[in-house]
Amino acid sequence: MTASTLIFIIALLTLFSYWYGMQRSIKVAGGTTEIKRMRSLPQQFGLLTAFCCGLPALLLLLLWMIFEPIVVESLVVSQLPAAVQELSSADLGLYFNDIRLLAETQINELAGKDTNLQVALYLQQVTQKASYLKTALILIAALAGVIIVVSRFNVDFSARVISERIIKFLFLSCSIVAIFTTLGIIMSVLFESLQFFKSVSSLDFLFGTKWSPQIAMRSDQVASSGAFGAVPLFAGTLLITVIAMLIAAPVGLMTAIYLSQYASPTLRTYAKPMLEILAGIPTVVYGFFAALTVAPFIRDIGQALGLTVASESALAAGVVMGIMIIPFVSSLSDDAINAVPVALKEGSLGMGATESETIKKVLLPAALPGIVGAMLLAISRAVGETMIVVMAAGMAANLTANPLNSVTTVTVQIVTLLTGDQEFDSPKTLAAFALGLMLFVTTLALNIIALKVVRKYREQYE
Amino acid sequence: MNKLTQQDKVQDVMSDSGKQSNTEIIAQSLKKRHRKENRFRFAGKMAIAFGFLMVSILLLDIGSKAMPAFHQHWIKIELQYNTQWLSIDSSDADQETLYAGDYRSVLKNSLYEMFPEVSGRRDKRDLLKLFSSNNEFSIRDQVLAEPALLGQTVSIWVLADDDVDTYYKSQYTPGKAGGRINDKQALWLDKLYQNGQIESRFNTLFFTNGDSREPELAGIKGALTGTLLTMFVTLMISFPIGVAAAIYLEEFAPKNRWTDIIEVNINNLAAVPSIVFGLLGLAVLINVFGLPRSVPLIGGIVLSLMTLPTIIIASRASIKAVPNSLREAAIGIGASEMQVALGHVLPVAMPGILTGTIIGLAQALGETAPLLMIGMIAFIVDVPGGILDPSTVMPVQIFLWADSPENAFLAKTSAAILVLLVFLFVMNFSATLLRKKFEKLGR
Repeated sequence: MTASTLIFIIALLTLFSYWYGMQRSIKVAGGTTEIKRMRSLPQQFGLLTAFCCGLPALLLLLLWMIFEPIVVESLVVSQLPAAVQELSSADLGLYFNDIRLLAETQINELAGKDTNLQVALYLQQVTQKASYLKTALILIAALAGVIIVVSRFNVDFSARVISERIIKFLFLSCSIVAIFTTLGIIMSVLFESLQFFKSVSSLDFLFGTKWSPQIAMRSDQVASSGAFGAVPLFAGTLLITVIAMLIAAPVGLMTAIYLSQYASPTLRTYAKPMLEILAGIPTVVYGFFAALTVAPFIRDIGQALGLTVASESALAAGVVMGIMIIPFVSSLSDDAINAVPVALKEGSLGMGATESETIKKVLLPAALPGIVGAMLLAISRAVGETMIVVMAAGMAANLTANPLNSVTTVTVQIVTLLTGDQEFDSPKTLAAFALGLMLFVTTLALNIIALKVVRKYREQYE
Repeated sequence: MNKLTQQDKVQDVMSDSGKQSNTEIIAQSLKKRHRKENRFRFAGKMAIAFGFLMVSILLLDIGSKAMPAFHQHWIKIELQYNTQWLSIDSSDADQETLYAGDYRSVLKNSLYEMFPEVSGRRDKRDLLKLFSSNNEFSIRDQVLAEPALLGQTVSIWVLADDDVDTYYKSQYTPGKAGGRINDKQALWLDKLYQNGQIESRFNTLFFTNGDSREPELAGIKGALTGTLLTMFVTLMISFPIGVAAAIYLEEFAPKNRWTDIIEVNINNLAAVPSIVFGLLGLAVLINVFGLPRSVPLIGGIVLSLMTLPTIIIASRASIKAVPNSLREAAIGIGASEMQVALGHVLPVAMPGILTGTIIGLAQALGETAPLLMIGMIAFIVDVPGGILDPSTVMPVQIFLWADSPENAFLAKTSAAILVLLVFLFVMNFSATLLRKKFEKLGR
């Protein structure tokens, strides 16, 4: 039975057991009029029964789905000839894939002496048996849960307390999903990166200045060794981030200041949605805008001024990324400015300072940590932004500080390396994970610093 | 520290001018200070104006580029369902033989008869190039639906090729070459146009077709369906988990290190670049668990992990805003902790939670990068039927089309962007409405 049918059956059983639990509890109480003798309501008994039916079954199904492929593969591999078993794990995987494909076709019982066919047949039998076993075990688990819990029903049985404890535990596990996600990210990126650093030294990766991740098909090919020096990528990312922040920081900060200190309510009612639109536009749309409108525009201006501008210039990507980050900077700076106690501002105005002097010399210095935090978060967003640079910045790993040249970034290379066919043992694919690790660590560090800065400063005023 | 020194400076400046007690100097400096004030205000106005300018340029640019995609050109031709050309014997025409007929030659020969002056292989090919390659199939479908057409001559409208479409949508002079239309083709087109045999219609194919290599046939139905399926999975996973986590953290979690770790974790996850979630999906879901690539299920799981922090943070804020008197009153009449949380706090916090969920989903709707990682970038013509069918989503479709060399895809891309923006606008608007309603209820 497929997983979806099983889940459907479990759901039906759970519903049924809710009803059954209710009925049983009423019976235990001795009829509908006697319910008040019980410590819990019939619905609470029903809920507990439903939990005891559905949860073990679902848990079992999940475990089964995780472990079945592993067990089946090892069983099948043990059937293979010794010569095949000694293959490297990648080749063995390919071999196993062949057998799996074979097993999906109809095999004649008398397939003959071809070992592959025999093993495929064995695989068919194993999966068949596993499927029966799975269905049987899960149904038994569901029914056993119901029977055990129902047998314990009595007047003093507090179904509510137990089911509430279960719910609480479920809630707790939901909140732990976040931790598992983080762990999953760290593990997946770290493991593949370690794999990568086995074939490429980490010093070469961090300090090498040549990036050409093409790995030759044959060993005697020209330029057969790929170069994995990531410095050009870091430099490109830095260049685009700097350009973006040059736009976003002043515009975003001034927007926040003007909207919070000067703007009339009318202007605010129009400007807030404008910022929300800017914040809500998908990055792929910004990428399209950058590649097809801004980049040609910049190139035309550059040519009119007699400059050579690459058709995929860092400037175009950076400018559009800056526009994208404006609302981010402005809303965070707004929070920081609003958190400054009004007394400071009023004191300064009372001393005769003009509004701009108050802002520049009192409000901004007081809000500085918050603003710095906002900028750090904005930088981290710019560093991790993908679609704009994929569409508007280039692929060529140039090590340059000229914004009119084409540069490439960490995220662009991750996308380039991982779209299309991939093998998980080639350095080319693994390099993407190493880059992902760098990206994750950088943004995480920026965030932690930013949050620390913001929190410290909040404590100052609270 | 910094704050103090700055304030000292302000005081210094003031006491300096006070010492001189020269009203003229103060008046003069006042002028300068007011000029500075005005400059500062002007800078603020410019910043906001820049924002407005960029929003309008962006929307106008995409809107104007998208307009051409909403209509396309059709050409009226005299089609002869000649059984000889079809190589069908009309006497025993069952569906199968009708299906196997040579409709291409029907189209070809009918066109040659319409334009008797066209001779030579190259000219003939140029003539055929004016029509969409899909026409032979639409003709076939018509015959299959109505076999009585065999042997008759009918005038029908057929889809023009995207080159013709682009030609008419650009600045062109009738009868003169332009774009990828050469002089001869332009003359033929002009003849058709004079006879009223070329018409521009609303482009319904854009909404009813899947992706295609031919710009005139490409549509967004596949991507839109894929998006809806992916969003469905995302909602189904992230909403219950997000709300449960928020309830736990706000109502039940003890104040200890574990809770702190979870909180810091959620805050950090909210700022992890989306592409990293794609790496997670690729390494764990596809590589370790061996789930299939390019399917909405995986896309939905990855996107829900990405939106979870948003939903949790918004839900927590909303739960926190529920007045404590409500909890105390409920506990006072004997409700258990869980009953208070689920029966009293949650319903009151629901509008805020829903607002947060919609905003999170809107984010996920526009997300592209993580989906590229898990292979939702494949070229898929069929409209997906379930969460395990290979499919693509709107943002990825936009990305794919934006990369296409064909000029006609430019308009398609912009049109797809418009559709996506409309969706986002509706979602954000409903979130705002919900929030407004909630605020009113709160008062």
